[in-house]
Amino acid sequence: MAEKLFGKAMKRVEDPRFITGTGNYTDDMTLPGMVHAAMVRSPYAHARIKKIDVSKARSHPGVLAVITGQEMKDAGINSIPTGWLHPGIKTPPHYAITFDKARHVGDIVAAVIAETRQIAEDAAQLVEVDYEPLPAVSLGSDALKPGAPAVHDDIPDNICFTWSIGDKEAVDKAFASAYKTVKLNLRNNRLVPNAMEPRASLAQYHKASDEYTLWTTSQNPHIHRLLIAAFIMGIPEHKLRVIAPDVGGGFGSKIYQYPEEIIVLYAAKKLGRPVKWTARRSESFVTDSHGRDHETVAEMAVDQNGKITAVRVNTIANLGAYLTTFAPAVPTYLYGCLLAGTYTTPHIYCHVTAPFTHTTPVDAYRGAGRPEATYLLERLVDVMAHELGMDPVEFRRKNLIPPDAFPYQTPVALQYDSGNYEANLDKALELVGYKQLRQQQEEWRKQGRYMGIGVVTYIEACGLAPSALVGSLGAQAGQWESALVRVMPTGKVEVFTGTHSHGQGHETAFAQVVADELQIPVEDVVLVHGDTGRMPYGWGSYGSRSAPTGLSAIVLATRKIIDKSKKIAAHLLEAAPEDIVHEDGKFMVKGVPDKAKTFFEIALQAHLAHNYPADLEPGLEATHFYDPKNFVYPFGTHIAVVEVDPETGKVRLLRYLSVDDCGPVINPLIAEGQVHGGIAQGLGQALLEEAVYDKEGQILSGNFLEYTLPRADDMVQIEHDHTVTPCPHNPLGVKGIGEAGTIASTAAIANAVMDALRPFGIVHLDMPYTPEKIWRAIQHSRPAQAAD
Amino acid sequence: MAEKVQIKVVVNGVEHHSEVEPRLLLVHYLRETLGLTGTHVGCDTSQCGACTVHLDGQAVKSCTLFAVQADGSSITTIEGLGSVDSLHPVQEGFWEMHGLQCGFCTPGMIMAAADLLNRNPQPSEEEIRHALEGNLCRCTGYHNIVRAVQYAANKMAGKVGVAADD
Repeated sequence: MAEKLFGKAMKRVEDPRFITGTGNYTDDMTLPGMVHAAMVRSPYAHARIKKIDVSKARSHPGVLAVITGQEMKDAGINSIPTGWLHPGIKTPPHYAITFDKARHVGDIVAAVIAETRQIAEDAAQLVEVDYEPLPAVSLGSDALKPGAPAVHDDIPDNICFTWSIGDKEAVDKAFASAYKTVKLNLRNNRLVPNAMEPRASLAQYHKASDEYTLWTTSQNPHIHRLLIAAFIMGIPEHKLRVIAPDVGGGFGSKIYQYPEEIIVLYAAKKLGRPVKWTARRSESFVTDSHGRDHETVAEMAVDQNGKITAVRVNTIANLGAYLTTFAPAVPTYLYGCLLAGTYTTPHIYCHVTAPFTHTTPVDAYRGAGRPEATYLLERLVDVMAHELGMDPVEFRRKNLIPPDAFPYQTPVALQYDSGNYEANLDKALELVGYKQLRQQQEEWRKQGRYMGIGVVTYIEACGLAPSALVGSLGAQAGQWESALVRVMPTGKVEVFTGTHSHGQGHETAFAQVVADELQIPVEDVVLVHGDTGRMPYGWGSYGSRSAPTGLSAIVLATRKIIDKSKKIAAHLLEAAPEDIVHEDGKFMVKGVPDKAKTFFEIALQAHLAHNYPADLEPGLEATHFYDPKNFVYPFGTHIAVVEVDPETGKVRLLRYLSVDDCGPVINPLIAEGQVHGGIAQGLGQALLEEAVYDKEGQILSGNFLEYTLPRADDMVQIEHDHTVTPCPHNPLGVKGIGEAGTIASTAAIANAVMDALRPFGIVHLDMPYTPEKIWRAIQHSRPAQAAD
Repeated sequence: MAEKVQIKVVVNGVEHHSEVEPRLLLVHYLRETLGLTGTHVGCDTSQCGACTVHLDGQAVKSCTLFAVQADGSSITTIEGLGSVDSLHPVQEGFWEMHGLQCGFCTPGMIMAAADLLNRNPQPSEEEIRHALEGNLCRCTGYHNIVRAVQYAANKMAGKVGVAADD
């Protein structure tokens, strides 16, 4: 019997191409006759476009076309739609190239196509745009003020939608009778996802067959094909093939339908030549969808026993200038519904106002709503614990949902499938040595050193499902996943999945599972993904859905293969199908190991069909479309230990420990890697990163000089362990792990920093905790700090 | 358009004579003229390090040099460091220790790490982190990158005669 691979830390099969520089990213591709696009982008956050003169650019040597928004609109190219609707939502048009007004810095006003990228970029500077600059607004709360400049003329109050969840009356009542309440004004800083590979798109048009191919940096090629075909360009869906080859990270930013993909497709047909566009990083900063950007008032109420009785949240969620693909879902169902966290809070109410502003659109960024919810909830918990004079861990423990309460119905719609929160918390406390850390903290404080310990118990909801539920909430897409398992005559297996791997290691982890199921060597399995021309269908990878949803589809398709193989074996062995067992890599008659057929023999016979059951179709492949019964709910405990230098305000991460529970772990190497990266991104939000806009809507941190990504020396070696609480409703019991690190770590580090600053009487500061911000806060508090 | 300039470079052991625009960056020369697309472009401010190659034995960000400045030089890119059949210890370390996820920063990260080990064969964790702070990775949190470099350092120390890459 082959070694079981589920749970094995297998090296990744995708790595040889990446470590030798032979990956195939979109910008690596060159097609015969290929030409290049450069975008003319608005330098203003808000401006009327009075006139565009393309004549100089058009006559520049090597320029093939200069495309304007009016030209594309006249050619019948429609606005880019959003993929999620709320009742009463305003959906203003979003044209790939704007023609009336620029609504954020970076909005495209023209595209230049030329023989080389250099010529295209030179000529882009020759396009003369007569702008009339208009007043702009960049902060969500400013956009809601009376008289604020309107982003879209027909939405004078800038409100795209309002949304609420929970029983407001019950919550207000709980607050009125509370033993204690706390209130925080929080700003969740705007982030730029910054996948290391800049976005790129390459389009080709075949005139003879009227077919298009689009290679693009995407997490979900089928979504692009559907949006482009059905809504934007009217290309018959079967005439458009979208391929997402190797993609260098996504983190949400490569989910959306971007304008440049439409422009290169349009230009490829217009010119009859392949057209490529690749973002410069400075373009990425102003055009990749941003994340977070909330202004929130968050309140918590408790009774005299220290039990949380209510949470009340009012959030302004800045959407930026246009609605992108999943933007309406992020500050609503992925946020307000997570406000129970890991706690038994009986009453929760959340109200969200989502305005447009003259900034880059905001959509899902790793965690998408859930880090925002976790951050505010876990900050409230720490502040309340302090108010009550309780250790924050003991306050959490008192309020955790007990293991016998699952499935647990929260007051904000979600029903948690399974969990064992206290056991997970205890494991983390023991591993980190929590008591000793608190003692050490006391000793350090006596020496004038400021250590902070931040604890977070988090919940994540991932793998949005089932489709009917998600549809009832506003999704304009299904959320099931498909798989096709194709066995070749030689017994080799191709697995086609509708999910997409852009760093998550699906080619390895999914192959491990298929090899186990079929009891064949893992080398005999290849995973195919990212090509609408090859897989049945799929909704891509985001929201940590690939393992719980995509892999479940694969497993169920694989089991169909096994069932059919048993029928073929039964025929060959002259036995009844129910007497065939699949053991040791063979299909054998139960109790008669001599009467057995290998998988290869069955695969061959399925294709030859020379000696074959009369009532069975030849061939050996199976498709499965899997629609989960519920979300899956990973959880865990993260603990950050920091030291703040009061003289410089510098925060140093001393230790970071995570104990995550994503159900059974398929490949620990990959799962831990996901956690490490997520933690670094969460640390980035807490300590380093912020997309800063001035009041005129100019981004002030629009490149890596001004926007600080975590570097190697900002991080420590992460201590990691896990508990295993299987999901009860999918075939493998697996949950997602892609976003857990980001969801928990921002709050853990924030709590740690605030814990360190407690002796200064500082209760709350907004992220990122830059040295200057901390230093100023300490200076401000010095007079009150006599005791220390 | 400016007049083209003749350059001669040796890249991964192969001599190339090319006519280039003076403004052509070395990274674009490698990617577009020579088709060596393993060297990546991740930013336009020389911050990310995805374009790191070895120029006459030293790590450089190939977006900070014009191709004409490399005239007469010997360059090693990720494609020349090692092959699937014969991996450089740093490449092997990245594979063994899961030092990569999306793979985009990886070539630059490997070239920077190989350069570090040429200069400092047994770096401490702190020295590794310091040496790689010019290379950005958004996927790994650097945890396994550090382990990959440690793996390579140990491997190179244990195996006398592992060839330097330049």
